[in-house]
Amino acid sequence: MSEHSNSAHAKSPLKMYFSIWAALLICTYITYKAAFIELGSFNAAVALGIATLKATLVALFFMHVWHASEKLTKLVVIAALFFLLLLLGLTMTDYATRPWS
Amino acid sequence: MPDSTVIGLHHEDEHHPELLHHFADAQQQRDSASLGMWVFLATEVMFFGGLFCAYLVYRHWYFPDFAAASKSIDATLGATNTAVLICSSLTVVLAVWAAQTARRTLLIVSLILTMLLGMAFLGIKGIEYREKFVEHHVPGASFSFDKVQVPGHPDQYANPHHAQIFFSLYFVMTGLHALHMIIGLGIFLWLLIMAWKGRFTPEWHTPVEIGGLYWHFVDIVWIYLFPLLYLIDRHP
Repeated sequence: MSEHSNSAHAKSPLKMYFSIWAALLICTYITYKAAFIELGSFNAAVALGIATLKATLVALFFMHVWHASEKLTKLVVIAALFFLLLLLGLTMTDYATRPWS
Repeated sequence: MPDSTVIGLHHEDEHHPELLHHFADAQQQRDSASLGMWVFLATEVMFFGGLFCAYLVYRHWYFPDFAAASKSIDATLGATNTAVLICSSLTVVLAVWAAQTARRTLLIVSLILTMLLGMAFLGIKGIEYREKFVEHHVPGASFSFDKVQVPGHPDQYANPHHAQIFFSLYFVMTGLHALHMIIGLGIFLWLLIMAWKGRFTPEWHTPVEIGGLYWHFVDIVWIYLFPLLYLIDRHP
């Protein structure tokens, strides 16, 4: 396990860090510009889609989930997301469908 | 004597003074520390998740009023703050990398830059809050949101009571986020002092990694707050 991480540290990750940083700034610019274009209900979808892409990039590469030597880290991340989606998803299936009754 | 064998084992296994006895090696100790931090971050996801949930329900109920209230916040300041936080996340990964590769100067410079960017974020946030106070958009006795048109419906005015719910969520969510930023600045000041004293080595720099995870998490929260609070129905 330690040999693996040593080899991962050996090659410089700086290029990757700067690429992710540039991608995050470009995504922010696109979110900002897209918000002023009429897309109907897709405005929210585009904004949240880009936000999720940015959050995924930060978690995977800046927070090192992708190269985590401890596999349990991924389990904790997935568990947190699962319970968050359970909270938001089940709440909204109630509130968003009330007008139907 | 069992004691002497334990001590004997100790001596033949020379290790870094920061490596605690119950870990096999430095890597396992680092992995355990970051796993513990991730468990804490999972509780933070739930903490902010409740607020996001409240936001979603009220946004669903009072969408036109939320859109009108969102339009009164300066989206350019919000976008600038997003860029500031993304830059601070870059300086944080640089700090962690500098600690891993024993680059003391880069570590100290990265930590200072992170703190400066964090303070810039709070300063911009302060300008934004000031605008809201001046416009009487702070929930409470002096709140006023009269005759504000709903975007896309020139004949329709936003309901001030519903707009007040938006501003309550805005202040609680951004305020709680700003509180996390202030705590983060405290953590980074401590990291800076430790780095200055040369405490971090490639074998032991756990606080830099853990502090970095915290800072990135606060960045992710903002990545969602920005579109949800600032960019509801912005288009003309």
